[in-house]
Formats: sequence, structure tokens, C-alpha cells
Amino acid sequence: MKKSIAVLLLGLVAAAALIAAPIKVGLVTDVGGIDDKSFNQGTWEGIKLFAKENKLKEGVDVKYLQSTADADYIPNLSTFADEKLDLIVAPGFLFEEAMKTVADQYPKQKLLIIDSVVQKPNVASAVFAANEGSFLAGVAAGLKAKADGKDTIGYVGGMKFPLIENFQAGFEQGVKTVLPNAKILVDYSGSFTDAGLGQALAAKQYNAGAYIIYQVAGGCGNGVIKEAKERSAKGDIRWAIGVDKDQYADGIYAPGKSAILTSMMKRVDVASHDVAVMVRDGKFPGGQTLVFDLKSKGVGLPATNPNLSAAIIKEVEKYTALITSGKLKVNSVQ
Amino acid sequence: MSKRNTTRLLVPLVAILLGFALGALVLIVTGRNPGAMFLAMFQGATGVNLKAGSFNPRYIGEFIIQSMPIMLSGLSVAFAFRTGLFNIGAEGQLIAGSVAATAVALWVEAPPVIHVLLVLLAAAVVGGLWGAIPGFLKARFNIHEVVITIMMNYLALFLNNWMVLYVFGSKDRIKTALFPATALLKDDALSALTNGSRLNWGFVPVLLSVLLFWFVIEKTTFGYSLRAVGFNKDGARYAGMRVERNMVLSMAIAGGFAGLAGAVLTTGTFNYGRFLPGAEGYGMDGIAVALVGGNGAFGVFFSALLFGMLKAAQPLMQSQGVPKEIASIIQASIVLFIAMSLGIETLISKLRKQKIEALGEEAGV
Repeated sequence: MKKSIAVLLLGLVAAAALIAAPIKVGLVTDVGGIDDKSFNQGTWEGIKLFAKENKLKEGVDVKYLQSTADADYIPNLSTFADEKLDLIVAPGFLFEEAMKTVADQYPKQKLLIIDSVVQKPNVASAVFAANEGSFLAGVAAGLKAKADGKDTIGYVGGMKFPLIENFQAGFEQGVKTVLPNAKILVDYSGSFTDAGLGQALAAKQYNAGAYIIYQVAGGCGNGVIKEAKERSAKGDIRWAIGVDKDQYADGIYAPGKSAILTSMMKRVDVASHDVAVMVRDGKFPGGQTLVFDLKSKGVGLPATNPNLSAAIIKEVEKYTALITSGKLKVNSVQ
Repeated sequence: MSKRNTTRLLVPLVAILLGFALGALVLIVTGRNPGAMFLAMFQGATGVNLKAGSFNPRYIGEFIIQSMPIMLSGLSVAFAFRTGLFNIGAEGQLIAGSVAATAVALWVEAPPVIHVLLVLLAAAVVGGLWGAIPGFLKARFNIHEVVITIMMNYLALFLNNWMVLYVFGSKDRIKTALFPATALLKDDALSALTNGSRLNWGFVPVLLSVLLFWFVIEKTTFGYSLRAVGFNKDGARYAGMRVERNMVLSMAIAGGFAGLAGAVLTTGTFNYGRFLPGAEGYGMDGIAVALVGGNGAFGVFFSALLFGMLKAAQPLMQSQGVPKEIASIIQASIVLFIAMSLGIETLISKLRKQKIEALGEEAGV
């Protein structure tokens, strides 16, 4: 009975495209928080876009819960499940265990996990070919260093697990492809939140001669960007590469000048938005794994890169075509 | 009840009320509805949703879960404080305890109940040793325990992470393998009783700890000599008490309480050892709990429930559009008002005087 009413409602909605589907979406953030300028924020922006398109009210139809500690993941997910939201989104691999538990406890609840695969009939999983986008970031970094006569490039990761090592693998391959004798410095901070630690590691790598640092460390990576800004503002030009979102604006240290060379965009916003649309249309991909790669534009560099020369952009486009056509295979760690 | 005792009870109650009032005020000023906050807190503690008229016992279970670790870390801070020591290291002792719990859970094979007891014992002993080190350094070399305990928090954190990654052999690099069922405080029956919450047998060691704290501090000669050191170190020494030994023992027992919290978290709330990107704040919460609880066993019991309720209500509050930071504001301002207890006491006695005078006038004196 309930189901047939739902089907009827969906039919009505499809008929009158102007009326918004009455669906509710909730996001549970990890400890990084909603304003981490990367992962959680990106996912939330996708949901906000969905809300705007469907005239849903923020804070009522779409809302978020922030977690303070690991121990909050399950109660936060359960609270939304008790409210019977149509879709609950959790960004991140760190949610894996909590997601499994909640999926079993609420078998009718539609769930989306990003960056991890949870094999349950009511969970959709979205994963990203971060190595492919990182390869392009590596190409851009290598060419920029080459153009300016430098040879040292850095990489600062957050917690060291395969998902993040995958960024490193693609990036290193990209750098070495265009600059075979490049020296690549690698550090992992062990944190996605500690900006101070990120800045300390960036200072260490810049002192060791790094010209460009690729940061894959969420809130901790903001410290890397800060160090690049502070040095560049003093005339010692250094670059940082943003991650997850286009972080150009975060790197601005003087009018018209940003320390962000480019960003490896991981379109978590596309993932959360698209799955919300699928739920609205009654096509929830439960039990399936959606892969977002360079070909589906789920990863890649931003549309505009003010700090990259036309020649570098052209090279990046060449490698993009090679990867999407399958002619070039990017290394991966999974 | 004597006047002094009522004042002792009144001061924290007034501080708590002022804390909630301040939280509500912040909400009003920022254009939000404080009613939603109080409804969420009520639901967080009782499971009753007054607005929808529904009842979900899962919230009671989660409320207890949130209260347990901070009750133990609160006991830890309070115990050391009674001996005049400031234990900022509950966080580290808790982490050391969870490392020990993880080791016993993964490496020891034992029948069901015994395995859990071994896990708890190991966590309490290792937490105790972790606490005894700053106690010893303080007693022997007079190195301030605040400095040492803070440093040892970092040592514990990194030791834990190193153990998880390289000794326990984490496959996905964020957690160890899952523990065998024999090592867990988790119980499906308790979970089912509370509509699938994470409620587990951890409340048994927690409640026993509260009783133990009360018994040792209030009812034993040993507890008396600990308190004597807290009141006046030199006086206690003059009276023939072994001040140094008491310091080490006090810190060891404090560490034991915190270590136990590590086991309750690791084998109750979770069922695996975790890589920790940073401190989780259980130790800091313990300081607040101890302060508000007046460093007494039952005071700590009630203040841990209060702060546990604030934590448990957070998802409900956020879902109603009340930012989670409000809970922190309330918690912090309660602590602040407790710190101003002298002012509150003066206020209460002034009000009393006025009342007595007013009564006197009425009676025509």
C-alpha cells in the first residue's frame, strides 16, 4: 500500500515537472566538519545544489550532522535513519564500519557512502579514480617545475591508507612522465584536521627545495596552502596543489595572485548530487558501486587554471585524452 | 541538612542552570529557537519525543554510552585531585588502556566472561602504570605532573598509532582486525532492549568504579591519608604519612580509572582498536566532569550523566537546526560558573539574608 502510494506520487512528480519531489537528504560529516574546504564541504555542496534545483528547504529537507569523534558516527547515522530521511550520505572511508552496522539495523534506509565500497543491498557506494586526476596534477607540476628550472616536488598526504596512497601513485607517475629526473619528497601527517602539522611538513619540504607541493590532507592540507601563501607573499614563490575542490580562492595572498597552481578536483559534489537525483527518480543504485573517473568527469583539473601557461594546459589536455581513451594506464594502489 | 551542605549542593545547581540559560540566550541572540534545544535534550536523555509523542529507547542506550567513558575519566581526574594532583593525563591513560585492551582482546584466547575480565584488568593495570609514571616523577624529582601528563598524552597517542599500524597489523591502516566475540562487552540482548543502541555491559565496571572511588576516599584510612596529602602536604608528612608513596599510588589509581575507560570504549562502543588522528577529548571532558562534580564519587556520577546527555543530544539538536557548538558553550560556561563558586555562594547568602530580614520585618522585629 505504502509502496503504491509512493509510486503514484513519483508518477505525479514526473508528470508535473515543476513540483519538487518531496524527498529528504541528510549528510553526516566525519570529524573534519562541514567547513573543511574539501571533502565534507564538497559533498554538502552537491546536496545543496540538489536542494536548490528541487526547491527543498535547507535545514528541513536537506540537513547535516557534524561528528566530533569516531564514536558519533553510528548515533548520527541512526538519528537520521529514525527520522526516515530518503537518503543519508556519509563521505569517507572512515564511515565503513558504522555504515555496515547501520545498513543492517535499518534495512529499508537508503544510504550512500563515498570513497568506500560497502556491500549491502541498501547502500550505494561511490568511488573515485583519484590516481587519474592526480596524474594530471603531476603533469602540471612537472611541467611548471621544468619551465622554471626546478626539480624538486613534494607530496603531503593525510592518514596513510591505500585510498590516499592512490593519489600519490598517480601524482608521482605524472611528474616522472614529464620530468624523469624529478626529486619527489613524500610525507604523511597522519591527520586530516591538524592544519599546524600540515604547515610544519610543508615548511620542511619547502626548506628541502620543494617548489610545488601536492596536498591530499583535507583540513590538515590547509596548513600546506598557508605555508605556500606566506612564502610567496614574501617573494619566495612556492606553489601548492589543491585537492577535492578547486582551492584557487584559498591560495590568494595578493590581489590577483594565488599560491594554488591547480587543484585535483574529486567531484564528491557530483556523487552526492547525482545519487540524490537517482533517489528522487526512484532509481536508487542500492548495492552498486558507482565509479567516478576522468572519463565521467568525476575527477580532473578545474576548467580554469590562471596559474598554468597555455603550453602546460595543452599538454594536460593531451594526457587527458590518452587516459580517457585507455591508451595510457595510470598506476594505482587499492 | 545543614546550611553549609545545602550551599554545597546549590552552587553547582545554580551554575548548571546559568550554563543552560547562557546557551539558550546565545540561541535567542542568533535567531534560533531554544525550545528545540530543550526538547532535543529531553529526548536525548529519556528517548521521549515530546513533539511527536513517540518513544525510542535507543536514545537512552546512547545516552548511557556517551556518559560511561567521561564518568571514568572524571573519576580519574577527581581521584588525583583529592591528593592535590592535577591529572591532565586521563586522555593518555585512557589511550594506554585501550592499547592494552586491544592486545588482550586480539592475542589472548579465553572463555567468554573471563576474556572480558582479562581485557578490563589489563586496561586498568596499564592505564595505572601510565598514570604512576608522572606520579613517581612528581614524588621523586618534584617535576610538575601537569607538564608530564600532557606530554604523556602525546606519547600514548603515538604509541597507540604505531601499535595499530605495525604491531597489531592493521590491514586498512585505520583499525585493527575485529575482536573475537569473547572479548567484547557488547551484548545483543542489551542492544535489542534499547532498540539497537550500542548499550553494553560496560556500565557494570563503571558503576563499580564509582562505588570503589567512594569507598576508598571516604571510608578507608588509606583514602584519609590521600586526602590529608591533598589538604596539606607538609602537615601530612609531619603527621607521619608517606606523602611520596601516596602521590604515586593516587596517580596510579587515577590512571586505572582512565585505563578502564579505554577498555569500555574499545571493546564496548567499538569492537576493534583504532588509529587515532588526534586526541578525542575524553580526558578534557573528565576535567570538566570532575570540577562540576566537586571531585566526589556521586558528584562525578551526576555530572558525567549531565555531560553525557549533552553529547547524546547533539545529533537531535543539530537535526533541529541547533549547532553542535551550543553544547560546548553550555559545558564550558557551567565549568566557568563553577569556577566562580565563591561569587555564587555570596549571592546565595545575600539572598538568604534578604529573605531573613524580610521575614523579620514581617514579624515586626
